[in-house]
Amino acid sequence: MRQASCPLTDLPAPDSIIAWQPAGPVTRNQFLADVHQLAERLPDGRHVLNICHNRYHFLVGLAAAIVRGKISLLPSSLTPNTVARLRHDTPDVFCLHDASLEDIDLPGVPFPAGHAPAEDILAVPEIPAEQIVAHVFTSGSTGAALIHRKTWGGLVINALSESERLGARGCALVGTVPPQHMYGFESTVLICLHGGAACWSGRPFYPADIGAALDAVPAPRALVTTPFHLRTLLEAGLALPPVDFLLSATAPLSEDLAARAEAACSAPLLEIYGCTETGQLASRRSTQTRAWQLLGEVTLCATESGHAARGGHVEGTVAISDVIELVDERHFLLHGRNADQVNIAGKRTSLGYLNQQLLEVPGVSDGVFFMPDAEPDDHATRLCACVVAPGHTRQSLLAALRSRIDTAFLPRPLVFVERLPRNAASKLPRADLLALLPGAAAPASARERHWQVPAAHPAFPGHFPGRPILPGVVLIDQAIQLADGLLPAGSTIRGLGNTKFFEPVGPGTPLVFDYAPASARARALAFEVRAGDRIIASGSLTLGQPT
Amino acid sequence: MSTTPQENTPGATPAFVAEIAGIIVSALNLEMSPSEIDPDDSLFGEGLGLDSIDILEVALVISKQYGIQLRADDEDNTHIFRSLRSLADYVAASRAA
Repeated sequence: MRQASCPLTDLPAPDSIIAWQPAGPVTRNQFLADVHQLAERLPDGRHVLNICHNRYHFLVGLAAAIVRGKISLLPSSLTPNTVARLRHDTPDVFCLHDASLEDIDLPGVPFPAGHAPAEDILAVPEIPAEQIVAHVFTSGSTGAALIHRKTWGGLVINALSESERLGARGCALVGTVPPQHMYGFESTVLICLHGGAACWSGRPFYPADIGAALDAVPAPRALVTTPFHLRTLLEAGLALPPVDFLLSATAPLSEDLAARAEAACSAPLLEIYGCTETGQLASRRSTQTRAWQLLGEVTLCATESGHAARGGHVEGTVAISDVIELVDERHFLLHGRNADQVNIAGKRTSLGYLNQQLLEVPGVSDGVFFMPDAEPDDHATRLCACVVAPGHTRQSLLAALRSRIDTAFLPRPLVFVERLPRNAASKLPRADLLALLPGAAAPASARERHWQVPAAHPAFPGHFPGRPILPGVVLIDQAIQLADGLLPAGSTIRGLGNTKFFEPVGPGTPLVFDYAPASARARALAFEVRAGDRIIASGSLTLGQPT
Repeated sequence: MSTTPQENTPGATPAFVAEIAGIIVSALNLEMSPSEIDPDDSLFGEGLGLDSIDILEVALVISKQYGIQLRADDEDNTHIFRSLRSLADYVAASRAA
C-alpha cells in the first residue's frame, strides 16, 4: 500500500550527508537551503530541462522542481530536433544549466553560484506520492517519441529497493554516467534522496579522473558505471582505492570483464537490469550467477507476447520487450535484448527512431540503420547505415543527421548505395546489409574455402595402416593456410584456440572451411570444417599483431 | 591548471602531430589515412565527428604508449581533444613535464 505522500528525502538528520564536493560533504540542511533558494528563482513554467553537468546541481535542480510542483524532462539526447519537439509539446519549458546553454534554444536559468545561507534547521518538505515529477522518453519501434510519466511515490520505492539490494545506505557514489539518463538518474541521484547514499558532485571522465574522484570520497564508496567505462578504467592499469561495490548497467558485461573488475577492485560487481519504461527491475552478481533477481516487490508474469512487469515501483503492468525466461518467482534469465533497442555506452534509442530520422532528411530516398555484430572485449559497437541519397555527400548527410540524432548514433560506416538490398517481401535481410559494409563483412560464400582431402596424402599409410584417417594436425594446418586473406588487417595468426574434432575424415573427402566474420579488433578467427552437412571440426585461430 | 601546457612550451613537432594522427586512426579503425586529418580542424562535430566514447579509446592508447594519464581540467572533458594539434601539444607537454 503506497503512502499518500513521501518526504523529499529520507535522510534522518540535518547533518546527514547527501553529496560530496571537492570542498567536502554537503549536509541535508545545506541541501534543503540550496533547494529552497533555487525553487524561489525558478520561473513559472511547469516543465524544466535540467542539463546541469554537476551532479549535485542536478540533484538540487530536480528537488527544487519537485518542491515547486514542476516536471523535470529527461530526454535521451539534446539535439536541436529533440529540443524543438520539447518546446512544441511543452511550450512553457525552460532550461536549467550550470555552464552554458550550449546551443539549446530555450529560455535559460543559470544555476546559482555557491551555497545558500543555511543557519536555520529546515524541515523536509512532504511531496504527494501521486505528483508527477519527471517525464522520461523512449522511442518506440515506429520511431514516435513516447513519454513515461514518473510519480514521486513510484520513484521513491524504486530508489529504496535498489539501495536495499546494493547495500548503498551510507555509501559515497562516484558515477561516470550522466544524471539525466535513467540509469544515472536512479543510481546516482534518486538513491541519495531515498536510499541514504551520497553522490560525488563531479562526473569523472578519464580513468585518472575516476581514481581521483574515488580518492576524494571516504569509504564506504562505490563506482556507478558502464561496461565501456569499466573496461577503459581497468585497461589503464591505475591503482584504485578500495571500493565496496561496482555497479554496471546499460549493456551486458562480459564474464571476463566482470572477473577482472572484481579482482582489480576486490569488490563485488553488481549488474542492474531495467528499462526506461519500468525503471530498474533486477540485479545480479555476474561472476556468480546468470540469473537476475527481481528488486523489491516487482514481479514478472508471462503474457501472450512475452513478459510484463508489475508491482513495486512499476506503474500498472508494463510489457518487457526483451526475451526473458522465468527461473522461479524471483529469478529470471535474459536471453536477448529487443533487437530494435539500441544502447551505446549508456545512450538509448531505437532503430525505428533512427530510421525515421534518416528518411526525414531531405534528399534521402531510402535508407536503414543496423547494428553490426558486437565488438569483442566490451568495446562500444557502433551503428552502420546504408542510404540511397544521390544528392548528398557524406559530409552533408552527416551534418543533417547530427541535428537530429545524438553523436553516439551517427553511422560508422555510412554506406552510399544505388538501392538497398530489399528482398521480395521488401525486407532487408541482415546478412545482405552486412555484405555492403567495407572490409569485415564479406558475404558468407566469400568466407568459405574448399579443400579436397588428397587420396594419396602421405599421412594415410601410417595413420592408420588399413584405416586411413586424416590427422587433426593436417586439418588445422589447412585451416591456417586457407585463412590467408580472411584475417583482419594488421593481424596475424598467433596460436590455436579451443578446437574440437567431431568425425573422422578419409581420403578424397571434399571439405568446406567456413570462417566467421572477424572485425578489426577481433582476437580470434573462428572456423568450422564441414563435409556436406556433417561438421567435422570446429575451432578458432588466435590473432595478434605481427612482431 | 596542471593539465594545460604552459604557454611558452614549444608545440608538438609535425612528426609528433603525425604520430598522434596515426594513433587516432588506428585506435578508432577510421577509414582514412592519418595525413587526411587537418591538425587544426575540430575532432568533433563537423570535423572528424568524434564523441566521448572515441576520446576514451584514444586516451587509453595514448596513456599506454606514452605513460601519461589524461585528466579533464574542468567539466569540459573534451578540451584537450578540440583539435589534433591541441592533443599533440598536450601529450608532448605532458611527456616533457
